[in-house]
Amino acid sequence: MKAIRNILDSVKPHVQKGGKYHAFHSLFDAAETFFFVPNHVTTKGSHIRDAVDMKRTMFIVVVSLIPALLFGMWNVGNLHFKSLGESVGLFDAFSYGFIKVLPLIIVSYVVGLGTEIIFAQKRGHEVNEGFFVSGMLIPLILPVSTPLWMVAVAVIFAVIFGKEVFGGTGMNVVNPALLTRAFLFFAYPQSMSGDAVWISEKADAYSGATPLAELASNNGSGLSITEMIIGNYPGSIGESSFIAIMIGAAILLYTGVASWKLMLSFFAGGLAMGLLLNGMQDLFPHNNYLDFPAYQHLLIGGFAFGGVFMITDPVTAAQTETGKWIYGFLGGVIAIIVRVLNPAFPEGVMLSILLVNVLSPLIDYFVVENNIKRRMKRAKLSQAKI
Amino acid sequence: MSKQVNLKRGLDIKLKGLAAEKVLEIQLNSVAIKPTDFHGVIPKLNVRVGDKVKRGSVVFFDKNREDILFTSPVSGTVTEILRGEKRKILEIQIELDQLDEFVDFGKGNPASMEGSQIKAKLLESGLWSFIRQRPYTVIANPNETPKAIFISGFDSAPLAANIRFLLAGQDQAFQFGIDALAKLTKGKVHLGLSASTKSEVLSQIKGVEINYFNGPHPAGNVGIQIHHISPINKGEVVWVVQPQEVVAIGNLFLQGQYNSDITIAVAGSEVKNPQYYKVKRGAEVEAILKNNLLDKDPVRIISGNVLTGTKIDLSGYLSYYHNLISVIPEGNYHAFFGWLIPSPKKHSFYRTAFSWLSPNKTYRLDTNINGGERAFVVTGALEKVLPMDIMPIQLLKAIMIDDIEKIENLGIYELDEEDIALCEYISTSKINMQSILRNGLNLTRKEMS
Repeated sequence: MKAIRNILDSVKPHVQKGGKYHAFHSLFDAAETFFFVPNHVTTKGSHIRDAVDMKRTMFIVVVSLIPALLFGMWNVGNLHFKSLGESVGLFDAFSYGFIKVLPLIIVSYVVGLGTEIIFAQKRGHEVNEGFFVSGMLIPLILPVSTPLWMVAVAVIFAVIFGKEVFGGTGMNVVNPALLTRAFLFFAYPQSMSGDAVWISEKADAYSGATPLAELASNNGSGLSITEMIIGNYPGSIGESSFIAIMIGAAILLYTGVASWKLMLSFFAGGLAMGLLLNGMQDLFPHNNYLDFPAYQHLLIGGFAFGGVFMITDPVTAAQTETGKWIYGFLGGVIAIIVRVLNPAFPEGVMLSILLVNVLSPLIDYFVVENNIKRRMKRAKLSQAKI
Repeated sequence: MSKQVNLKRGLDIKLKGLAAEKVLEIQLNSVAIKPTDFHGVIPKLNVRVGDKVKRGSVVFFDKNREDILFTSPVSGTVTEILRGEKRKILEIQIELDQLDEFVDFGKGNPASMEGSQIKAKLLESGLWSFIRQRPYTVIANPNETPKAIFISGFDSAPLAANIRFLLAGQDQAFQFGIDALAKLTKGKVHLGLSASTKSEVLSQIKGVEINYFNGPHPAGNVGIQIHHISPINKGEVVWVVQPQEVVAIGNLFLQGQYNSDITIAVAGSEVKNPQYYKVKRGAEVEAILKNNLLDKDPVRIISGNVLTGTKIDLSGYLSYYHNLISVIPEGNYHAFFGWLIPSPKKHSFYRTAFSWLSPNKTYRLDTNINGGERAFVVTGALEKVLPMDIMPIQLLKAIMIDDIEKIENLGIYELDEEDIALCEYISTSKINMQSILRNGLNLTRKEMS
């Protein structure tokens, strides 16, 4: 601890204004504040401040992603060996997956944080912690076989055009992690969809289709409820295990980092739309997907992952408490509509959340207007009394 | 019709060093009036260095409203006029003499006086400065009639002085003060009391409407009480007075002089013997804190409470409206992985640290910001410590972009800095919300005049 402090203190003069390496000021800053909470004291306003800062808040989200990440690593290995017809132990499956997934995480963090640091340096502000979370979300929502250079290009695009052009963390309109995925989805569809991408180094004879793709081609999911909950089926790395995601959800809700209103309303929206579609089977007799039990929609594919980690992003979600109910519900509804009624996209969660991201300022606008109207009405009543 | 309001939202921060309920009277060498304590007042001096002043003689007045006078709390000699940048007047220091000469304003029973007579007496004696108005928290305009007058009879802030204790034995002066104030409004005089700790003295006061409030800080803030009893709409004005100032106003009528005695609490983890002191308004801090500080670490001395007070030096003076001096440690140290492993010595509103597990623990909190400034990210938290129908993030953002219409519509007229101090405390983005709100208040005030 002392040693790190000494190194930081000896480097500090060189990166400060006028120093030789001022160009690395933001990098140094990020490193220093990573190891130490700065010694800054309050100069105006409240003299004491809460112990929790942005780093701690974001860190909790990363912690809550770890169960999904660990399961995802195991699942990558498990599916790989299963496709080859081999059966291996838990540890072998996990270590195969670990080696496959780790590079994605490293590329996502290094490229994303690098971009952030360059922008922070140019703008002269501190490096924001937002990418702490995005950097972990991105690998978890990609197919395991995504080439690393694609990840790098998509991350740069998302950080610059999804976040920095709006002013950085806190100002962005859409979720940067989802934007990364959307960019890849539309720019390199052959690497992001189809049957070949979900299993790493899969044997050709083995079908690697996701259950949602099977459903979209009228085949039925082919999964038992237990499999849906455990998540040992093909999909993006972190999205498949309902149970691992629920552990994350428990951490987020217990610590209060994520809004329970957003989570609950997203799941309620999905369930409601699923039920509605179940009842509409007669109108579309050729689409068997409509008959898929509503509650199972919540268990498979990216629905749970989106509902726990994506819809709850406080920056892109509705910011008013009433707005959160509407926002989450709408997100759930649209996700299921896209899934079931649009044959081009077997999964609708990403598109649905991106869409409600864009709508959230509008939702907030109406909620705020309502608050204003209430105040106006109160003023009129008060005038009438006098 | 008396009301009981139960507030759920808010936060009590329990700090070490609560003042023990005993009073020490001390001799002061000097006092000061600080024009910076008054929002929007441009001081025009009436005295020079070396001038003799009596208790109650005019020291300065407001350049824009010349009938707003500020009078000396003691009899003595003006020793120094401290100026800051652009020759802005910071302090007018007065050294006490032993004569205790005073200006006689004449006694009277406010119950049998006209409103205009009361007003004239308050203006003449400088005690008008005790009456402030909402919106803006500036000294009230004597030409206006407020829709009501509000007094909060308890303070819920961290380490706050116990008002019930401060007012012990002052019932008659308090009643006279209330009688005087009642003549200044067409509406009611509202007195807000804590539902949990009933005050025998205050609940016997006549001529007021007593409302009881239950809940954590900021339940004792007068702004919160106004919001729940008679909210301020655009164009409306409410006046507020603090309890010890009501006593001073009462004494003006009882004794015919400016009685500047106040009892203050001296509290905080760095004070050896936290207790109450009987001093004069604007008292020098050194006389109070000499030999009474723990010399462990560098300390911050605050006139007022730790959420809203003003930083002062040991050689500084108590601010005009404050009844508390808080002393806490400075926090200029680097905490190794402080964000990763939260220290059990720190307090947090959030469950991401662990202080919520021990709600009754008292803390020795310091002035470290515990992080760096960021943009707004977390939503839904600020509302939990602001028990008003107001959207804090939307309002603060509107102020940051100078959108006056929106600022008004979102209810800025109901807010004072102290009301959002807890929002500032819990902000994970470490945003200085009180100064943003003051900018908004200044902006709307300028626009309205």
